[in-house]
Amino acid sequence: MKPLILSTVIALFATPLLACETFTLGDLTIEHAWSKATIGAARPGVFYVEITNSGDTDDALVSIATPAAGMPMLHESVVTDGVASMPHAMSIPVAAGQSVALAPGGYHGMLMGLTMALKEGDSFPMTLSFQNAGEIVVNVEVLSLRAEGPDCDDAN
Amino acid sequence: MRRRQLILGLAGASAALAFTLGLGWWQSRNRVQSPAALLPLPISEMNFALTSHHGEAVRPADWIGRPTMAFFGFTWCPDVCPTTLSDISGWLEELGPDADGLNTVFISVDPERDTQQVLADYLSSFDPRINGLTGPLAEVERAVAGFRARFEKVPQGSDYTMDHTAGVFLFHADGRFASIIDYHEDRRFALPKIRRLFA
Repeated sequence: MKPLILSTVIALFATPLLACETFTLGDLTIEHAWSKATIGAARPGVFYVEITNSGDTDDALVSIATPAAGMPMLHESVVTDGVASMPHAMSIPVAAGQSVALAPGGYHGMLMGLTMALKEGDSFPMTLSFQNAGEIVVNVEVLSLRAEGPDCDDAN
Repeated sequence: MRRRQLILGLAGASAALAFTLGLGWWQSRNRVQSPAALLPLPISEMNFALTSHHGEAVRPADWIGRPTMAFFGFTWCPDVCPTTLSDISGWLEELGPDADGLNTVFISVDPERDTQQVLADYLSSFDPRINGLTGPLAEVERAVAGFRARFEKVPQGSDYTMDHTAGVFLFHADGRFASIIDYHEDRRFALPKIRRLFA
């Protein structure tokens, strides 16, 4: 009985909080790693995350890698004269003492060549490579296609 | 000789100044005037024939009599399009029953991949009042031209993506152009703009 209660508790609390998990790599704090469900695997998926650099040295996110996609790339949505385009971002600066958000409408990871459709509630690992801090693997939670971001209690 | 050099120097300096001023004027002129110069046609003057994701033939004349909210995009778009469709779905929900009296259309600029069935699958994740339109490329081009919008196919590795006008177009019930909700505009201003269409 006890294990059942325990697993129920884990199921209730662990699953919805996955995107709210915080990861630390040196002076970098990485949180709110999430993605959107896709219809099939032919369309590119998307990857969003927030990175805070509490150190004194500028850093930069230089690449992302995941078993969920054959060709993950960093992109930025840019609207010029009303026209949206999505240029490739060679790297995303994370300046000392600053935060950067990969968020809808701005910087994002574009997951081309998905190995399978991303379903709401699934999660997959993502390796983030930084110029100075090195690499870290974070868990990415797949939210609905309509999601605007994870609902985290940031007070904790 | 010195005098001539001085004159030449002065002429050069004033030419440089004139060029700088001219460049500034030209740039600010472009910034200020191009949106006004590119106002969408009234819906009554648009002419195209597309198909909805429900399989119905759609012509712009069908929209007259109800306010219209229209947006260009494509379903292979990972960031801008689902974000805008989520925003639009949120606005429609906040408008409540009023939204039933609105033509809300999502026009694909990628008819090659966005068939009627693909649009139907994709839009099932968003508010059911959003009507997805696709059709022959030539008809999509006519629609885009009527809205004074733009799109362009951009190669990306072995694949391609689409650059496209990102704003949400609003029209009065009689088909006159009302306003655009810009992509980076504060979303709080969107609902009042839409509500004004019903005034």
